[in-house]
Amino acid sequence: MNDIASPSAEPASPEPADSAETLLDLRGIDKTFKRGSEEIQVLQKLDLQVPRGEFLALMGPSGSGKSTLLNLIGGLDRPSHGEIHVDNHRIDRLSDRKLATWRARNVGFVFQFYNLMPVLTAARNVELPLLLTRMNGARRRKHVATALDVVGLSHRVKHYPRQLSGGEQQRVGIARAIVTDPQLLLCDEPTGDLDRKSGDEILDLLQALNQHHGKTIIMVTHDPHAAERASRTLHLDKGRLNRED
Amino acid sequence: MRFLFLIASNLKRKKLRTLLTILSILVAFLLFGYLSAIRVALSSGVDVADADRLVIRHKVSIIQLLPESYGRDIARMEGVAQLTHATWFGGIYQEPKNFFPQMPVHPDDYLAVYPEVLLPDDQLQAWKNTKTGAIVGRTTADRFGFEIGDRVPILSPIWPQKDGNQTWEFDIVGIYDGAEQGTDTSPLFFRYDYFDETHMGDRGQVGWYVLRVTDADLATQVAEAIDANFANSFAETKSEPEGAFVQAFAKQIGNIAAIMIAILSMVFFTILLVAGNTMAQSVHERTRELAVLKSIGFTDRGTLFLVLGESTIISAIGGLMGLGLAWLMISAGDPTKGAFPVFYFPEKDIVLGLLLVGALGLAAGIFPALQAKQLRIADALRR
Ligand SMILES: Nc1ncnc2c1ncn2[C@@H]1O[C@H](COP(=O)(O)OP(=O)(O)OP(=O)(O)O)[C@@H](O)[C@H]1O
Ligand SMILES: [Mg+2]
Repeated sequence: MNDIASPSAEPASPEPADSAETLLDLRGIDKTFKRGSEEIQVLQKLDLQVPRGEFLALMGPSGSGKSTLLNLIGGLDRPSHGEIHVDNHRIDRLSDRKLATWRARNVGFVFQFYNLMPVLTAARNVELPLLLTRMNGARRRKHVATALDVVGLSHRVKHYPRQLSGGEQQRVGIARAIVTDPQLLLCDEPTGDLDRKSGDEILDLLQALNQHHGKTIIMVTHDPHAAERASRTLHLDKGRLNRED
Repeated sequence: MRFLFLIASNLKRKKLRTLLTILSILVAFLLFGYLSAIRVALSSGVDVADADRLVIRHKVSIIQLLPESYGRDIARMEGVAQLTHATWFGGIYQEPKNFFPQMPVHPDDYLAVYPEVLLPDDQLQAWKNTKTGAIVGRTTADRFGFEIGDRVPILSPIWPQKDGNQTWEFDIVGIYDGAEQGTDTSPLFFRYDYFDETHMGDRGQVGWYVLRVTDADLATQVAEAIDANFANSFAETKSEPEGAFVQAFAKQIGNIAAIMIAILSMVFFTILLVAGNTMAQSVHERTRELAVLKSIGFTDRGTLFLVLGESTIISAIGGLMGLGLAWLMISAGDPTKGAFPVFYFPEKDIVLGLLLVGALGLAAGIFPALQAKQLRIADALRR
């Protein structure tokens, strides 16, 4: 059963934020999808640099390719053309297996609909990424406790997702994303399914993770109010990124 | 094993569905186990038949008797190592449903031809010293609580005594065991000399002869020589290897075994569909979750093993409980209380059962597992 675990070292300890250093570098990215015989070009000659420690908001109309871009950055999909460098590693050419290992160590995903396992408790959900490390059970539990503490859910450890509010489920999702201490957090409309109050709490949390824990965050959102929390906002339109006016 | 909770948690997802699948697997393996014991019971004689043993019977039918004098001729023939004879007594102990075979034999000769009958020396001596003595096999002794020193009355409608009395009384002087698990230890043997001088009919008759050849390769030749020797006499013989002799009894039974195998194959095919369907549904329902696991860093192969692990666990729970239950029921003994003197769960069928458990787990899970392996994360997350 060892094969399930992509061999992984301990999560990297947070490095000091150096605003000049580029963490993410996308060059000349094209992405086309085939739908039957038709080819849809979603991203076109797209360039993007993100310095370490940035909190970047991505906006744009529905269908403009925001999720597609996030998937490429997170190694869930590959570009049709172009290069993706993260932390000076080119990831678009890694084998599927190596890419999986890379994801386990370097990226945390936060989804709009939380995507928790309904049959697992909050703690077990958060533990999932740690199963792919060499940590023993005691250390895993310690890390889980820490992550749940960071998101303020220490009192909900044994609860199942259906016993939690939407905001709480999203906190569990964030705890799962940060438990291996990845440098990069990719959030696809993390507040899209939440009311204003819960959404604000999630945004507070993301901001804290960015400012106090040095996480580089890329957040897709439709909500300008949410985008205000970011240090920079980019608009995706017709396959390219544009600065906010 | 750190993934066990993850695999096991999926069994809780649709508890009723999991339970029903496990139950149907359980029933299939229970059936498999129990039928394998019945198959052994039905074919026990065939399995233990010895290639160097020949059975010589009356050409017309097994119920016609042969003269005892034939024994002297046969014993002198080339290739014959040991010779004995037996006769069907057909007695009833208390009531017909208490059936077990009884046969008058010559103690030393019989034990020489049937080394799988294990009788302690002192009991053999006692038998030779007691004209009305009888030895009984462990199965029957346990069944009726017979002990050495007991006097057992047996009613024989076929063989009344000279005075017309149909009830014979035998003194139990020994209890024998079988050398192998398949040895039939239900018959009661008593002394031929006592039988011969006590029954009402003509002296010097026996049911059939059994001989051991010096060399198994000679068996056919010896059989032909014997039959040729008694050709055109008033009682012609038919000699055949013990296997064939027993098989003649077991022919219909052989067909039953084939039917059983056919039924079991269909049962397993059905179970494969049931378990495969459960797995396919289970994987289909959590396409998204599998994609999330992959986004977290689970490899394609890892997800393959997760799904295979799940189907193997389902198969193992149902299969092991089914085999275990079969084992318990078989250990409780012969369900017919007498018709199956040999009734056990053969080791090779236990091993086969365990292999089937594994094979079912893999076969039921392999297609959904491959589907999970090939799942593209970006596509699955869009759904
Ligand atoms: N796997 C795919 N196969 C085919 N077409 C796809 C695929 N993924 C995305 N697309 C298409 O690419 C375009 C961009 O999709 P994407 O999901 O990235 O948009 P988005 O900006 O995230 O939209 P939304 O705001 O609605 O989430 C859409 O037209 C979509 O139909
Ligand atoms: Mg989207």
